[in-house]
Formats: sequence, C-alpha cells, structure tokens
Amino acid sequence: MNVDWPWPWLPRNVDKIAEATGEHLYLALLPVIVGLVISIPLGWAASRWPGVRLVLVPLAGVLYTIPSLALITLVPLLIGTKIIDPLNVQVPLGIYTVALLVRSVTDALLAVPREVTAAATAVGFRPTKRFLSVELPLAIPVIVAGLRVAVVSAMSLTSVGALIGIGGLGELITEGFKRNNAVEMVVAIALILLIALVLDALLLTVGKLITPWTRARQGANR
Amino acid sequence: MDPRAAGGEPVNSALDWLFNPDHWTGPTGIPTRILEHLGYTALTVVVAAAIAVPIGAVIGHTGRGTFLIAGLSNGLRALPELGLLTLLVLLTYVGLLPVVISLVILALPPILAGTYAGVRNVDRAVVDAAQGMGMRGSTVLWKVELPNALPLILGGIRSATLQVIATATIAAYVALGGLGRFVIDGNNAGAGSPDGYPQMAAGAIVIALLALVVEGVLEVVQRLAVSPGLRNATTRGRVSRIWRKPTPELVGRST
Amino acid sequence: MKRVIAGLATALAATLAVSACGSSDPLADDKSSGSASAGSLTIGSANFPESQLLAEIYAQTLEAKGVTVTRKFDLGSREKYMDGLKDGSIDLIPEYTGTLLQFLNKQAKEVEADEVYTALQKELPSNLTVLDKAEAEDKDAIVVTKATADKWKLKSIEDLVPHCGEVTFGGPPEIQQRPDGIPGFKETYGCTFKGFSALEPGAITTKALLDGTVQAADIFTTDASIEANDLVVLEDPKSNFAAQNVVPLINKDKVNDTVKAALNAVSAKLDTKALQELNTALDAPDKPEYADVAKDWLSKVGL
Repeated sequence: MNVDWPWPWLPRNVDKIAEATGEHLYLALLPVIVGLVISIPLGWAASRWPGVRLVLVPLAGVLYTIPSLALITLVPLLIGTKIIDPLNVQVPLGIYTVALLVRSVTDALLAVPREVTAAATAVGFRPTKRFLSVELPLAIPVIVAGLRVAVVSAMSLTSVGALIGIGGLGELITEGFKRNNAVEMVVAIALILLIALVLDALLLTVGKLITPWTRARQGANR
Repeated sequence: MDPRAAGGEPVNSALDWLFNPDHWTGPTGIPTRILEHLGYTALTVVVAAAIAVPIGAVIGHTGRGTFLIAGLSNGLRALPELGLLTLLVLLTYVGLLPVVISLVILALPPILAGTYAGVRNVDRAVVDAAQGMGMRGSTVLWKVELPNALPLILGGIRSATLQVIATATIAAYVALGGLGRFVIDGNNAGAGSPDGYPQMAAGAIVIALLALVVEGVLEVVQRLAVSPGLRNATTRGRVSRIWRKPTPELVGRST
Repeated sequence: MKRVIAGLATALAATLAVSACGSSDPLADDKSSGSASAGSLTIGSANFPESQLLAEIYAQTLEAKGVTVTRKFDLGSREKYMDGLKDGSIDLIPEYTGTLLQFLNKQAKEVEADEVYTALQKELPSNLTVLDKAEAEDKDAIVVTKATADKWKLKSIEDLVPHCGEVTFGGPPEIQQRPDGIPGFKETYGCTFKGFSALEPGAITTKALLDGTVQAADIFTTDASIEANDLVVLEDPKSNFAAQNVVPLINKDKVNDTVKAALNAVSAKLDTKALQELNTALDAPDKPEYADVAKDWLSKVGL
C-alpha cells in the first residue's frame, strides 16, 4: 500500500496546524512553569533541612520513574477528572518537572559556597533578601539546565496524550496515521522537534543573559 | 468517559480488575503482557548498547566528536516517540521491527552520554599510570578506561532501560503486545464496560510497578558490577559522587 | 535579581501569548456558526473518517438552515461517546442501526433493515431518538485480499471456516467484545481465529491486511481501500452482521421542525453508492478536508 505524501495539505491546513500547536503549548508549557514555581521553595527546604532532603529526593526519583502513559491514565483516578481532560496530561508533566527541578534547585543551593553566604550576612543581608539576591541567582545556571530538559521533554511527552484523545500536535500524528497522510505526521513531528529546540536555545540564551557574572568570569580568565 | 461510570469507586473497580484471576492467565493475561513488555525492552537495550557503548567509548577516549553527544541527546529527547513509531510503521509494516528500531533510536542518547561521561571522567592519574606501564591507546581503553567507566555506563543503560519501558507502552497502539495493551484496549472499550477504565487503570498500575521494580533491580546490579578496585577508601569519595545514574539533567525523558 | 524577574516575566509572557494564539479551550473544537436562532446543538463523531464526514455533512446542512452548531469530533468508539449523548455533552451523532441496536441490547437478533430500525426505536434511552434512516449502509465485514480468496476459494465467511485456525484477524479492539465481532463469528459460524491484532480503523488496517500481517480483517464495506486494492468482502449468508443503515441519533429536546427536515433530507439522498463515493473522495491522495468533501457533496445533491 502506498503511503500518501500530499504536500499541498500543508498550506491548506495552516489554521488547523496553528490551533493544534497552540493547544500543544498550553498542554506542555503551563505545567512546566507551575512546576518551576513549586520546585523553588521545595528545593530550598530540601537544601536547608537534611530530613526534608531525605524524603524529597528519593520521592522525586520514584515519581520520575513512572511512565507517562501510566500517570496520564491514573490522573482521573487520583483527582476525579474525566478521561478527556487537559489536566490528565498537565498534572503528570507538572509532577515530572517538579521531580526534575527539585533535584536541580537543591543541588544548586547546596553548592553555593559558604563564604559567599557568610559574606552576605556580614554585609547585612537578611535571610530572605540573601536568598533572593545572592543564593537564588547563583543557582540559576543549574536551574536553567534542568528547566531546558523539562521543557524539551514536556514537548515530546504531551503527544502521548493523543493516544487517549487529549489534543495538541499528537492528534495530527494519529489523524495522519489513520488517513494515510504522511505529510500531516511529518509536519507534526517536525513542529514538536523544532519548537522544543527553539525553546531550548531560548532558555539557554536567557539563562546567560540574566547571569552576566558567569560571562564576566570567563572574560577575566582569558 | 467518566471513570465513575464503570460502576462503584474507580479505585475499587481498578483493583478488582487487577486482582481478577481471569486476567492473569492465557495469552492476553497480565503475566504474558509483562513478559512481552520486558522482551521488547531487553531486545532494544541490548541492541542500543551494542551500538552506543563502542561509539561513546571512542568519543570519550579520543575526545573527538563530542558534538555528537550533546547534539544527539538534545535532539532525540525532543523527538516525539509516538510520531516516530507510527510513521515508521506506516512506511514499513505493522510488526516488531519498526517498533524496535524506533525504541533503539530513543535508547541511544542515555547510553552514549553515560559511556562518554564515564570514559571521559576516568582519573587522569590512572590513565597516566597505565601509559607509564607501556599500555597503548586501545589497551588503555579496554583495560583501564572502560572498567573505570563502568558505573556511569551502567547508569546510562539504566536510564535507557527506564526510558524504553515507558515508551514500549506505546507499542500497543500499533497492534503489538506489552502492557500498553491494557490502556489502549480499555480506552476503546469505553465506560459502562467493566473492561473500560478499570482495565486502563489496572494496566497503568502494573506499568508503574514494573518500572519501579526494574529500576530497583538495576540499581543493585549497578552497585554490584563495579570492580572491587574502585571500592576502596581513597577512590570512594570520588566514586560515590558517580554512583548516581547520569542524572535526569543529562538525559531527560521523552515518554 | 531584577534581571531574573525580568527574564522570567518575559518568558512567561511569551509562553502565554503563544499558547493563547491557539484555542483557549483546547478541547472544544469550537467552530460555531449560524446566524438566526433555529436552535443550537453539539454534533459529535466517532473515531473513523466516515463518521466524521457524515457528522460534517449534518453540521453543514443544519448551519445552512440557521442552526448554531458546535463540533466535537473524533470522540472514540461508540462505547466511549454514548456517555456524552446520555449526559448531554453531545446532542447529535451519525449512527448505524444494526451495531447501535446490538450495543443497547446484546441479545437482539433482528438483521433485516426495517426490523432493526423498529427494534432500535424501542431500545433507545428515554432522552434519545432516531430520525429517518438512510438507505446507505456501511457494515463491518470480514475482508481478505484477492490472493487469499483465490488460494482458499473464498466467497463467503462459511468458506473461511475451515481455515480460521490459520488466520490472524485484525480489527478495532472493541470487536473482541461486540456481539457481531469475535464472539459472533464463533457463535454464528463456528469460526475461532488463531490470533487477533488490534488495529486502528483506516489505513493501518488495510496496510496490515495487504502486508500479510493479518490474513483477514474487519474493514467497513464503504471503505475506499476495498476497491482501490482489489480486496474481497466475504459474503455473510448467516447474517452475523445486521443491517447497518446510517441514521441520525439525536437528543429529543433538540428535535424541532427545522432540524428534522434538514436531517431527513440528507438521509433521503444518502444511498450506499453515494457513501462509497464520499469515502473515495475523502481518501484521495491529496487528503481533502472533511468540510470540503461535505460541501461538494451537498451542493451536488442540491442541499
């Protein structure tokens, strides 16, 4: 059986593609942002209190191990959503993001040299201001690295939801599969790939821009 | 579909389905599906390791071609597995080969990254000592670097295995077996059917448990497989940092 | 720190802006239209192309008469979307008389078109009704390649029975439980297949049949790939598959004169040949959109 490659399908369906892309981004990125916000206080707690760290880090490891199709399927069981509900994809993505970033945040905060925090306190920074102005900024490179992985993974993971009818670009993949339309499939795959790589590069750049001291140090060493 | 339409508490229905003895026998039973699933995984990881370990080792040893490691890890992590799998099936045929090929592609980055990191991170002092003893390039690689890199290589294989277990669930969409079968079939059976959501949820629970068990087993294997020479006190400090598998930051996940 | 906040704020804003470009409610294919208020309703479709095409035809006919239509397509198999009909998330869906009857009453034995239709009306839930049935039928069928039919001299399912043990059968997962599916083959014909392959309806089922991955498959009778690939539909002398006339299944509250007239007009024009032609048009290599194929047909038949 021949596989059809209807290239004209692409320009004819720009609206459909755009809508699927918007849906995909809503499903993939919102949970990553929420996950990031949640993991900062959690990571801070884990870096400060070994007891918390002892619980959170293994827990994060366990959660990260659970396959996405399993979590997506179990969310209705856990929080009572219907089968076709964007939350079924967003909650697992949020969980994976937190599981990934809590480790990053914890490690990054633990790596801040004690002399630096001591100096900051000596100069008169109170704990909150010290955290926000000194420790967190120093942790940014590691957090950004973790965030890049989280975003790229999320873009790919979201398409799994199409298996049980939860939208995004994954639905273009399944529709193309059913109707023998290889162009539709390739377009969806390429878009997911491209957007993920663009977001990755974007995060890398933003990360470097907001941490000018890392660049300065490189310059000084030349 | 509302899980509650399956009748009674969704959790109870899922557990009922899970512990129903009918579902544990025969070619469509849980044990068979587990074995199928592990079979796909094992086949994939063996093939992927056979490809990625040599390449990663050479790149790590010579230091050339490192762009391949970073580029592949990034790019392949972004590749939607569902798309790759279904496209390959459409272009070839419905069977095991396209599925294994797409799973192998997915499993390569973690093993490549782990092997590269392992070989690269071997203590320079050890390598110098070996060269001082008269060992040449490839012998150094074989007898010194690889054994020292073993924890990280195994860590990479471990990450790959978990990744494949997660992705093999999708194989059911293209008519294969494995644990994804329960999720796909349950999804099609719809509510009002005892084989609907309860089957999906039961399948999901088994998938999650299998992943956790395999992860635990591989952790033990990784610890046991490290050469005794690396277990002594002087190196313990450095080695203990690399007990952890290549962290998610290195390999991420795409399913 | 200010820099960090600025950076994060930009990223956040950018993300939200881009995702807002898409639909705001990602799961309602909200393409509402229609000016005058001759009522409004939500049309659903099953997960195979013909269903979505029929639903699109219904939708366009109703919109032309001023009804406001919301489309929720590709909902899955009947087992999945029936709940939506019962609880009102969807009001109208194109259905097939025979399988719908057997879904509602597994013991139903009627196979002839009018008998099935009458029996169906009695079995429907209290809030649903069916309008006129079309002459067009699209039945499940056991289909083999010409090569297989020649090899085993197959014309009807009965001819296949002695070979069932050598055959892996392909079809949508739900036919393993449907009364006219795997259980039906066994009961009506005594045919037990060697194995079963769960395949998405559409291109992939045809492909598996042509590749020899399965030796027989459940392909719907109006599927364009049957003619395109010279496939053989095995006859069903014992009527395992009941009559399958296309019929609009609709919420009683949504039936008014406009809706009834519009949908019945469509059913009047829809015969099996028309349905086959619609499927062929949909399957053309350039993959036209459902909306265009529907529009072309409606203007061709003058609706």
